[in-house]
Amino acid sequence: MTTLPAPDPNLARREEIQRLAAGSENRRKIYSGVAMSICGVFLAVALVPLVSVLAYTVQRGIRAWSAAFFAHLPTPAGIPGGGIWNAIVGSLIIDGLAAAVAVPFGIVAGLYLAESEGRVAGVIRFAADVLSGVPSIIIGIFAYIALVRGLGHFSAAAGSFAIGVLMLPIIIRASETAIRSVPSTLTEAGLSLGARRSTVARRVILPTALPGLITGVLLAVARGVGETAPLLFTAIGSQYFASNPTQPMAALPLVVFQDGIQAYPDLQMTAWGTALFLIAVVLVLSVGSRLFAARLGRVR
Amino acid sequence: MTKPMTEPLTERQLGMATEKALTPPPPGNPVMRLRDVGVAFAGRTAVRGVTLDVPEHQVTALIGPSGSGKTTLLRTLNRLHDLTRTAQVSGQVMLGDIDVYGGSISPTLLRSQVGMVFQRPNPFPTMSIYDNVVSGLRFNGARRKALLDEAAESALTAAVLWDSVKHRLKAHASMLSGGEQQRLCIARSLAVEPRVLLMDEPTSSLDPQATKRIEELVTELKTRVSIIIVTHNMQQAVRVSDYCAFLLMGDDRAGQLIEAAPTTKLFEDPSDERTLDYINGRFG
Ligand SMILES: Nc1ncnc2c1ncn2[C@@H]1O[C@H](COP(=O)(O)OP(=O)(O)OP(=O)(O)O)[C@@H](O)[C@H]1O
Ligand SMILES: [Mg+2]
Repeated sequence: MTTLPAPDPNLARREEIQRLAAGSENRRKIYSGVAMSICGVFLAVALVPLVSVLAYTVQRGIRAWSAAFFAHLPTPAGIPGGGIWNAIVGSLIIDGLAAAVAVPFGIVAGLYLAESEGRVAGVIRFAADVLSGVPSIIIGIFAYIALVRGLGHFSAAAGSFAIGVLMLPIIIRASETAIRSVPSTLTEAGLSLGARRSTVARRVILPTALPGLITGVLLAVARGVGETAPLLFTAIGSQYFASNPTQPMAALPLVVFQDGIQAYPDLQMTAWGTALFLIAVVLVLSVGSRLFAARLGRVR
Repeated sequence: MTKPMTEPLTERQLGMATEKALTPPPPGNPVMRLRDVGVAFAGRTAVRGVTLDVPEHQVTALIGPSGSGKTTLLRTLNRLHDLTRTAQVSGQVMLGDIDVYGGSISPTLLRSQVGMVFQRPNPFPTMSIYDNVVSGLRFNGARRKALLDEAAESALTAAVLWDSVKHRLKAHASMLSGGEQQRLCIARSLAVEPRVLLMDEPTSSLDPQATKRIEELVTELKTRVSIIIVTHNMQQAVRVSDYCAFLLMGDDRAGQLIEAAPTTKLFEDPSDERTLDYINGRFG
């Protein structure tokens, strides 16, 4: 005579779990549908303004674009054939000078923050955070008081100073993050070969972090290129071609602001065309920084 | 050496080191001597009272359960704990007749004589195979191409990697397999011609085939460099090492040296009961 095996408690539990799972399937489908719709609504809320601003700017701005628009100097209102060549060069000079100073300082500061934990590092990190929260117009006013009033005239260099100050915290924090993400075993490997810490930083850590450093610099430049308020107090704009940083200079965001508030339709068109160009520049910089960030991920 | 110890290696010194390695000094001398070495992290003792002679031109294995302080002890030997602010090393470590913590030798110069290979292969990701191998020489100021080329070939040959990479020296180090990367890291350490090579579980991230090749390599390399290898694998310790040190944490959770002896003696006839328990898998 054989006895039936005792019911397996694990088997019974498995059956119950599967029954529960099957029973809740419909409910979960409904939840999922609701959640997806909510996401869709928020996506639309985020996309609608973005797309409409972009579409409107493209529609208004593209009509201003021509070879002459990019290659010529501005003309007075009513005289056709004017362009923004001086503003393109001006932005290049102002933001280039700003980056030339902010990039080395920012990367060295980022390296310091990543490599040290002391009180000083904490203060610097906090200062950088505060700085990145200061409205750009305040920094413009500071540059105005310190440099424009101090030297007695408006100048592109004062604008570079203000933009550089805005770029600095972005570069510092991005560099710190990029350098921290370099595995510490690489540092140890370098030291174990008899290298000094500074040599390891220069030859191993910075090259490994390079894509991240470039990402930070591109983001900072993208931010600086579009800044208008600090330039209103410093570089102030110009109708002429200027390449001397001690003099007033035109810049792309200044053209948008100053031409955009004029009553003349042709100046307004110039403003739209310049706005579209600025958006394109910022877009290229942002996409570029993404690409570099992706490369950083691949190196690991 | 008559020059001040803090000077970076000159090309001549590196060249001399290459020649010296070809004629191994008489065996039997300890290359490193540890006297009552202890390490504490933020006041908590992790390793205590280790006194050990490391024989020259032999492979010394450090074995012991997880947390017994093998890595911690290894890192005292090339002063890697200098990077950890909370770490406090006590006792005396001698490399030949140089007092490692005595101030007569800079940590950088010390580390060019006491190299290290890590648990996971860590070639410099931005450098080619060639640049990785000669990186240590370049960090120490060597520039002459002939010297670099020679050192690269010699180190890659010693690491049994030369034949498979000699046609792609400019390729990225990340192109290599894990085992090849680890051999590249060994070559990179060998290229600076250290006297001692520290290896912290160098095969723990590798498959059995790659592990076997590294083990063979370790036993071949001892004519060139004295090796201290940390391993969790007792078969590995038996296969590769001549001398073996067993660490175990005491009641205060601090790692201590229980016993050090020639490997065959330690495994066949340990003098401490705890060693016997450990090698029989009774704890750890
Ligand atoms: N940087 C550190 N800070 C604080 N404590 C540490 C540090 N490094 C190691 N320790 C401690 O020292 C003790 C020994 O650790 P260690 O890594 O040397 O052990 P191990 O023998 O190498 O172990 P495993 O076999 O797991 O690698 C542990 O208790 C660990 O928590
Ligand atoms: Mg360990």
